[in-house]
Parts: sequence; structure tokens; C-alpha cells
Amino acid sequence: MRKPIEIRLMQGNEACAQGAVDAGVRFFAGYPITPSTEIAEWMAREMPAIGGKFIQMEDEIASIAAIIGGSLAGVKSMTATSGPGFSLMQENIGYACMTEVPCLIVNVQRGGPSTGRPTAPSQGDVMQARWGTHGDHPSIALSPWSVQETYTLTVKAVNLSEKYRTPVILLLDEVIAHLREGVKLPDPRKLKLVERPRPRGGREEYRPFGGTMKEVPPIADFGMGFNCNFTGLVHDEVGHPSNSPAVTDRLIRRLVGKVEYDRDQIIHWEEIEMKDAEMAIFAYGCSARSSVSALKAARELGMKVGLIRPTTLWPFPEKAVEAAAARGIPLLVPELNLGQLVLEVSRVAAGRTRVRPLSRVDGELFTPMEILSALKEGF
Amino acid sequence: MPFNVTSYFRQEMLPHIWCPGCGNGIVLRDFAVALEKLNYSRQEVVIVSGIGCSSRAAGYLDFDTVHTTHGRALPFATGIKFANPGLKVFVIMGDGDASSIGGNHLIHACRRNIDLTAIIFNNHIYGMTGGQFSPMTPRDKKATTAPYGMIEQSFDLCRLAEAAGATYVGRATTYHNQLLTRLIVEGANNRGFSLIEAVTHCPTSYGRRNKMATPTDMVRWQKESAVLIDRIKEGRASLQEGQFPVGLLHQHDAPEFTAEYLEVVKRAREK
Repeated sequence: MRKPIEIRLMQGNEACAQGAVDAGVRFFAGYPITPSTEIAEWMAREMPAIGGKFIQMEDEIASIAAIIGGSLAGVKSMTATSGPGFSLMQENIGYACMTEVPCLIVNVQRGGPSTGRPTAPSQGDVMQARWGTHGDHPSIALSPWSVQETYTLTVKAVNLSEKYRTPVILLLDEVIAHLREGVKLPDPRKLKLVERPRPRGGREEYRPFGGTMKEVPPIADFGMGFNCNFTGLVHDEVGHPSNSPAVTDRLIRRLVGKVEYDRDQIIHWEEIEMKDAEMAIFAYGCSARSSVSALKAARELGMKVGLIRPTTLWPFPEKAVEAAAARGIPLLVPELNLGQLVLEVSRVAAGRTRVRPLSRVDGELFTPMEILSALKEGF
Repeated sequence: MPFNVTSYFRQEMLPHIWCPGCGNGIVLRDFAVALEKLNYSRQEVVIVSGIGCSSRAAGYLDFDTVHTTHGRALPFATGIKFANPGLKVFVIMGDGDASSIGGNHLIHACRRNIDLTAIIFNNHIYGMTGGQFSPMTPRDKKATTAPYGMIEQSFDLCRLAEAAGATYVGRATTYHNQLLTRLIVEGANNRGFSLIEAVTHCPTSYGRRNKMATPTDMVRWQKESAVLIDRIKEGRASLQEGQFPVGLLHQHDAPEFTAEYLEVVKRAREK
């Protein structure tokens, strides 16, 4: 058991597990996979004593199925995996979107495709986090750049999942997951925690999939007596399958809409030295760490460089790019992939400013020098 | 009070989507009768199903119900039961759902011996997609994807479940429907993983291609192919080619998963 306020040397994966538990997660199902395994090991050790549940399932498909089940029973639930397991989970992530069951999926990204480089960092799953499961669906994905932020974003991810009744993805970089840093753990009793909306009235008026286009309908725990039907088929407000075009249209638009309408509440980004910036780096996760060093070096050389660092990757922080584009600030987008989030940056910039991708897919991190060189080369 | 079967159903969901002559309604009624005998409260029962004709059964029943993804009903059910062991969790699957796409989950649910009651509607075919062979289609029978006859061996799911560690295993047919109800009741009362295979009939997608075009032909086939296990044990009958045993096929005591986890909690707290 931890003390109320504590400063601890922690690994990213441990900070994630601690954050989840502090956010109220009491159900973990997972399957061993590098580089996320420490989260499962931590949960196996700590969950039983705090009244939580840990189960190692037979594979990743079963893991996400089990956490959706755990959440239907009313318990905040999560799993943790990496690329190959994340691919296997996609169908049931769509099921959780469709049935509006809150849950947290941690994806500690590693080099891909396929088995790839299990111990090497990568940011190759950014688009999969958005479009991995089939069909139109809502998506919330967060990406931390430090061990401390891994803790706070895990708490936030659980809260968002409960608030919007939707799966939330935490995209960790392998190097952040295995990095050890000092973390200040806040008093868990003082954390602002969110509980999913639960029905207040009786069974007759309960509409588990109802409400306006902007509302998140309440969800009853199994066993509360509401006798609800959950199905991955298109369904009406009560939960009955439907082939009606009107019901279908309304459901899909509401599922996406409940997140999109509230995007300003969800999205967060940080700006460093943007006030007088004449050029900027747009970076997230471990690439933002290299970028800060590059920024400092550039400033010493008299170059007016700024940094935009989103912690929310999905919904995409359009306003962050919008502001830079309106000022005509060219953007360098370093990513450990061949250009994924840069596609969104370019879309929002819409030709008003230049956007340049910078890629690494050799399993190594960006050095500050190569980002600085790219800034010097210009756009 | 006389048993009112309709009180177990969501009236607004009926009529069901099954074809005329389908056996699933018989299995579903037997299940409802079993629930009546078990006398659980309406709010403690959860019914989980996969994908396929039979998995639509969950939506017709007036309990907390989950119509999950293809083959994954058991891990969903595992999560529900483990998160709240007080719930009585039933799992409805078809033969393709349970033995093909969900085969791995099935053997692990058996191995864990988690307290779930799985009812497998075995119609020997993928009905909803129009009659493709399943791992439980008997050898030489025809399907749209086995137009020249099935060349693969079929699974005996009951023997598989027994070998994997299930603590209660039984089989009945839509002809032996009172037996089916009895097995579901006993399976639910078993503290551990129970598997009940319900041999049902699909004249539309299976029977018509295999010289059993009417429901009557198919039920007759069940009557002639099924041999009561008690009669075999007593030496009054033996299995002939193409026949299968029905009744309580296996039972043993073993630690149940959610109960064992309490032991883990104890050890963790002592540390």
C-alpha cells in the first residue's frame, strides 16, 4: 500500500499501473507481451490486496473481452498490451465503442509491423489508435512524454472513459514505459475521479442508448435489475437490434458526436516558447523530449523556435495547429514512424503554412542534433 | 402457480428471427423451464452469447444480456463472473462459435473451471451465413463449403470439455428435451464450469442438403442416433456407427476459479 503523498523512483509502466489503481480501476485482464508486461506483473502483485481482480487470459482478444465484461459488471477495467496484441484487440475495441462500455486500453508501442522490434521504441500505432477497428467510431487517445505524465494521463484516461462511456487508449512509447524517473504521486483521496453516469429512475423510462446527440446516456451495472441488452448490432435506444436506416444513422452519429461535440473539454496540449516563435516543432511522447533539447539549442543560436506538444492525439488538437497556421509558422513534425500524425497537421494547416515530416523507423530515438539540423535546413 | 414461459421473454423482441422448423426455440424453452426450476431472482442472472443463429437467444430473454462478438462469449462471461461472482452467468453459443472461432476460449474456460454454465446449440452447421460446414459437421455430410461431403473429422465437444477440465458435461437433444432441462439445472448447480451440448436441428441449411428436409426427419434422426448414457452403462445398449451418447457424460470435483482467487487475496493480505 502506498502513502498518501509520495515521491518515488518509478518506471513508466509502474506509474501507469499506479495511476490506474488511483483512478479506481479494480479489474485487470491481460496477456504477457513486451514491452508492456510490467503493468500486468504489477497488477498481479497489487490488485488482490486492494480488493481488485487480476486475471491472465489466454490471449489479447480474451483480455479485452474480459475487461468489457468486468466493466459491464460495474467495475472500472483495463488491459495493457503492445502492437501485436493491440491488433488482436481491435474487433472488441469496436464492440466497446458500439455498446458504450467504458474501459482503458494501454498500448505500449513497439516497432512493427508484425513482431517487428519488441524492445525498440516506435510511434507507429497512432493511426491504428484512431482507425484500427472497422466502421465509424469515436476515438480518444492520449500520449505522455514522461513517467510523471504517464501517471496523470492514466488517471485522465480512466476518467474520460467513464465520462464518455467509451474505450480510451493510452499510447505509451516503449522508452517512456521503461524509463525510470522521480514521480510525485498525489494523495489519491484528493484526485478528481469520474464515475460513469448511472440510471436514476426506474426500468420503464431507462434508455441505456438514448439521450440527445450530445448526451452520454446512463449505464446500469449488471445485477442492478435493469435487465439491459447489449449488442454489437446496430440497436435502438433500449438496446434492441434494428435495421432501420434512421436508427442506424442516429446511433453512429451519436457515438461519434458525444466525443466530437466535447472535443474542447477533452483535448490538451502544451506550448513552449510559442509567443515569439517563427518556426515550431509539433511533437508528442518521447519525440517531444528530443524536441525540447533541440529547441534550447536552436534558441542559443538565435533561432526563434517553439514547441507544440499535444498530450491528446485523438480527437486531434486542431486548434493547436490552427493558431500556428494562422500566424504562418512552419511546422516540423518529428515522429517515430513514416508520417502519421503529420497527415492531420497538414490537413489542418491547409496550405497556409509549410509542414515538414521528420521520420525515424530504425528503432532509435531522435537525437536533438538531427531535429536541430532539420530546423536549420528549413521548410 | 403454473409456469408461464412468456414471462421469461422480452415480448417486444418477438417473433424471433429463426426459420420455420428450427429447433432453437425448443432449446430456449427448455432453458426457460430450467431457469424457473432454479428459481433465481431476475436481477442475479446474466446471459452472454456469441454470434450466430443460436446467439440471438440472449436478446429474447428478459435478463441482463450481452450479445458479444463471434467466438468471444466465454471471455466476456469470464470478466462478468470474476468482477461480480454473485451473478449467475449462462453462456449461449453455437457449434461454430464455441468449437471453431471460440475453441481456444472454450478449453481455457474449462481449464480454469470458472463457475459458468455454457449451453452449446449444436445444429452441425453455420446457419446464419447459409449452411457452411462447422467443426461439428459429421463426416461425409454436405454443406455449401463442403459440396462433395465433409472430409474433416468432427469434434466431440463433450469429450474435449472433459479433457480440458470442465467439471460438469452433458448432452441432450431437442427430442430429449426434458433431459436437456435437467442437465441445465444440474449444470447451473455445479460449482465450476459446466458444458451442456444441446443437439438441435436446422432443416433449412443442414437437413435439406443431407436427406433430412423436414423438422420431423431431423428429430427422428436425433431419436435414432442418441443413446442414453445410463443404458450404455447398464449394458442395455451400445453405440453403433454414427450414434452418440446423451445424458450426464462427466462430472468431477475441482477447485473453482473465483473461489480460488479468494485464496490469492488472503495470501496477498498476509504478505
